[in-house]
Amino acid sequence: MADTLQFDLVSPERMLASVAASEVQIPGAEGDFTAMPGHAPFISTLRPGIVTAVTTQGEMKYVVTGGFAEVGAEAISLLAERGIPTDEMTQPTYDAMLADLRKAAGEASGDDADHAGKLVNDMVMVGQQLGLSTTAA
Amino acid sequence: MPSLKDLKNRINSVRSTRKITKAMQMVAAAKLRRAQEAAEAARPYAARMEAVVNGLAASVAGSDTAPRLLSGTGSDKVHLLVVMTAERGLCGGFNSSIVKLARVRAAELLAEGKTVKIITVGKKGREQLKRDLGDHLIAHVDLSEVKRVGYENARTIAADVLKRFDGGEFDVATIFYNRFQSVISQVPTAQQIIPAPVPDDAEATTLYDYEPSEEAILEDLLPRSVATQIFAALLENGASEQGARMSAMDNATRNAGDMIDRLTIEYNRSRQAAITKELIEIISGAEAL
Repeated sequence: MADTLQFDLVSPERMLASVAASEVQIPGAEGDFTAMPGHAPFISTLRPGIVTAVTTQGEMKYVVTGGFAEVGAEAISLLAERGIPTDEMTQPTYDAMLADLRKAAGEASGDDADHAGKLVNDMVMVGQQLGLSTTAA
Repeated sequence: MPSLKDLKNRINSVRSTRKITKAMQMVAAAKLRRAQEAAEAARPYAARMEAVVNGLAASVAGSDTAPRLLSGTGSDKVHLLVVMTAERGLCGGFNSSIVKLARVRAAELLAEGKTVKIITVGKKGREQLKRDLGDHLIAHVDLSEVKRVGYENARTIAADVLKRFDGGEFDVATIFYNRFQSVISQVPTAQQIIPAPVPDDAEATTLYDYEPSEEAILEDLLPRSVATQIFAALLENGASEQGARMSAMDNATRNAGDMIDRLTIEYNRSRQAAITKELIEIISGAEAL
């Protein structure tokens, strides 16, 4: 069995990363999971969070918003609506992303409101992990 | 017979027109390359999205719990046409060919007694459709301020379309755009986006585990898939527009060159004729003495 898998991170606008990784941590909609080579074929939606790919050159971290992950034994395709490397994540960008989600949460009702509220919380968590202010906007 | 001065003016004006068309052609060529790169960069996402959605759709299709974006509203009375054109003209038949396709489709649907609603993206399409289908226009998306089409633009359009769908404003949505084939050939294309077409040959892949359930994933993916298709169409359109403009301006430049040659010959001829005439007058005058 191969000890790495092909990790592709694609956003609608371009391919963000395509590397060989030994493990990838993914924030799935129903909980974080780590995919390693030989993982059973699996499709999951994403929640806002941080994707970490462990490669031979070290860890690569990306902030992703919604999308989905297609996991196979030898390859992972992550289709994220937005994907930003954590070290390029700035406070204004983060504020804008958070404000978008908050706005959506404000407009939603019923079950959708619960769901949107959860997304906001996820995003706040991301901010805390990165040491960004979550109070602005 | 135009005077010498007229001809000279004419030549000068055609010459400056040629300069403009030449510049536009080069600008279009540069933009085309960027637009093509953008379209290519977006392809992997769209392709994977389509593959997953198709796989899911095939396994869910037919079940009662299938999302409405997939199964449709159960009727096809009201059609929404999203007509995507350019914000600017001077690009040959680019805008007209899309509008023509949309117009034919609208006429067909109206003849069948269906209701047609039209959303236009891009100023040129709106101007052309306003004349005969003005009553059917329900919204317009202005992209003239947008320098470079981003996914955000597509998402905004998709959000609007989906809101109308949820509000029961239409049953079937189709987008019209020009598919980029090459610089000299763009194919006007109509593509149904709602309800999502299920390909006949797609087999239900039970290979995958799904988390959450297949239906839940599909609920989440279908709106994204709509946005992705619109985004892809916008990019294809962008590349097509520049391609069309490039070849149109190339033709214009060549025509201007031909025209300058013709006018120059005419100018020289008249000049020669004038000189000859003067000489004859002088000579006959001298002989008469």
